[in-house]
Amino acid sequence: MIEIRQEYPTPDGGVFVALGGVSLEVKEGETLCLIGTSGSGKTTLMKTINRLIEPTTGTVKIKGQDVQELDPVRLRRRIGYVIQRGGLFPHFTIADNVGLLCKLEGWPPAKIEARVKELLALVNLDLAEHGHRYPGELSGGQRQRVGVARSLALDPEIILMDEPFGALDPITRDQIHDEFLRLKEEVKTTTVLVTHDMAEAFKLGDRVALLDKGMLVQLGVEADFRERPANEFVESFLQSHLHA
Amino acid sequence: MKFQHLLLAILLIGAPHLAAQDEVEPPVVIGSKVFTESRLLGEIMAQLIEAKTEIPVERRFGLSGTKICFDALKTGEIDLYPEYTGTGLVTMLHEEPITDPLVTFVRVRREFLVRFDLEWLGPFGFNNTYAMAMSDAKAEELGIESISDLAAHSDTLRYGVSHEFLNRTDGWPGLVETYGLEGAEVRGMEHGLAYAAIQSDEIDLVDAYSTDGKLLRYKLRVLEDDQQYFPMYHAAPLIRVETLKRYPELRPLLEQLALRLPDARMQRLNYEVEEEKRPFAGVAREFLQKEGLIEGAAKPKAQRAPSARKQGFLTLFRSRWSQTLELTWQHLQLTLLAVLIAIVVSVPLAILCTRVPVLSMPVLGCAGVIQTIPSLALLAFMIPIPGLGLGWRSAVVALFLYAVLPIVRNTYTGICEVDPDLVEAAKGMGLTNGQILRLVQLPIATRTIMAGIRTSTVISVGVATLAAFIGAGGLGEPILTGLQLNDSYLILCGALPAAALAVLVDLLLWILERVLVPNGLQLSK
Repeated sequence: MIEIRQEYPTPDGGVFVALGGVSLEVKEGETLCLIGTSGSGKTTLMKTINRLIEPTTGTVKIKGQDVQELDPVRLRRRIGYVIQRGGLFPHFTIADNVGLLCKLEGWPPAKIEARVKELLALVNLDLAEHGHRYPGELSGGQRQRVGVARSLALDPEIILMDEPFGALDPITRDQIHDEFLRLKEEVKTTTVLVTHDMAEAFKLGDRVALLDKGMLVQLGVEADFRERPANEFVESFLQSHLHA
Repeated sequence: MKFQHLLLAILLIGAPHLAAQDEVEPPVVIGSKVFTESRLLGEIMAQLIEAKTEIPVERRFGLSGTKICFDALKTGEIDLYPEYTGTGLVTMLHEEPITDPLVTFVRVRREFLVRFDLEWLGPFGFNNTYAMAMSDAKAEELGIESISDLAAHSDTLRYGVSHEFLNRTDGWPGLVETYGLEGAEVRGMEHGLAYAAIQSDEIDLVDAYSTDGKLLRYKLRVLEDDQQYFPMYHAAPLIRVETLKRYPELRPLLEQLALRLPDARMQRLNYEVEEEKRPFAGVAREFLQKEGLIEGAAKPKAQRAPSARKQGFLTLFRSRWSQTLELTWQHLQLTLLAVLIAIVVSVPLAILCTRVPVLSMPVLGCAGVIQTIPSLALLAFMIPIPGLGLGWRSAVVALFLYAVLPIVRNTYTGICEVDPDLVEAAKGMGLTNGQILRLVQLPIATRTIMAGIRTSTVISVGVATLAAFIGAGGLGEPILTGLQLNDSYLILCGALPAAALAVLVDLLLWILERVLVPNGLQLSK
């Protein structure tokens, strides 16, 4: 589904030099979690997929097509995007936030409303009850769910999530994790999720990629990390991040 | 295209009372300076023309300072106004003063014809030269009779002189040199206020015009100009040659006024207006009738005269009610037109600055520099610009320039302050730059932008009171006249409505802001 090839380290200087050593592939329908310390380049890597950041070297391909050759706006409408705290527009109602892209795509109002209703139901919210409210009137967990619903509006091929659950309290986070897993079964969209929480990565990701200083250190499932850590860094990272 | 239409529409809406230019027969526009004597002479000439010809007359009285009148005359904004020969010689021709009145007159008449295509008609007769005046009591106490006597007291006496006098070649600098007044304490102040200041013993000496009616009222002694420093200031109509060609009947008509007003007569007329609080129009009419220049009761149009003496503020205010409404409406038009143009220009400019960051420093810097130019100076700069001239256009442009900074700055700041995460979320969702601006940045910045617009509007309401100095009307008119006549009630007749207007406009904009700021943003975060 997504191929990232960054095989040739950039010589020096550039902002993205840290990403010189990442090369990975995200499979169709898979949820890949990118994890690493801050400054490891996980967010930067994710943003090269929807071209919020342009890589200095290497290529990102979606279904074999180089993203550099695509119009960035069209590309991004094919890719859902969720950021921390949801990134909802405070001056739009919940319904308007979720339906924004449909509206920009020129859908008729009735179709937009039906889609918004469906999307809100998907994240356990009710159009009649929540649709007319503003983001400021919702709890953090609710806002996050709306953010997820909004990212699904145009039936994207890929969803990018940038520490989506980072700002939630542990109980809400646990609850929303379960919803995420259920949703994953339902929509089966290819997902790249950035997190700094190892437990979250293992729980939500089909596979996990651990990055450090712009290099891919290990890519695998939970068992690979636990039983066959690639090096000492992985071992100590696991220790400190699973029991913290 | 759309933008041009909008601008045109704004200009048309803003200017109905001013746009009605006569196409058939252009009126003779008579100007005057701000002080009483100049207005009276203007009014006398206006009434004479109205009574004896069919030519329409337009009055543009109360223009501040020589430069504004002279520029307006040269550009044809006005056709004639009363000027003083000494001013013509020294201020306009930049020549040395001449003490012989006839030589002075012949000199300016020839030079003005050749150089400016302007003609001096027969002088009215009086010599209103500058004079130094001090209170009789104080002069007695110190034994001062002539200006020469001042030198001995130059470190204790306090001078309050008009700004024009302070800077004229034939004013303060030359006076200091001629009479050895170096080191004297001098302040520039509004002429009308200087008399009040001398009354309350804040200053000792003022510059005065020798025909000033106030000299009688305040018991001031005119000091003898024993070195014959002050040049001759014979007042005469200064008129465009072009106007004389179009209306040849004006020359013989205005020549009838020549030598009708000796010093004492002029001082008396000034006194009637300033001290007896009689309206300009009435004093002018009575004079013309007594001289047999007009018959019976000629009815002048459009009087803007202060009303009878000794009435209370409320009576005065009530009697001026419809006039006040008209002036308020003019004031509002000037202000709103300027602010609307400022919005149309500033908001896109600020958006451009957020997109091209290198522009932000120079743009905000320029707007800031404009803000530091004193308002009256900015107004005066506008007059010689072709197409602006005297009146509302210059006022609107000057107000517009003042209104730019708060709107540009607030729009720029408002957009920059939008949470960068939101902008990135919008971009990541696949919104175009235009959509991000329209759907995210501008709505969220509404409150900040509106605050800028409110600031601009309130500033403009205030600065617009100065528009009267260049004949643009508005609530500055009664303030200006009140300052000249030292009439606080009349000043209040302009100042109170202006203040009320500022408060009202701010309130309306606050309500508009409540409507415009998106609902979701009115919640606490």
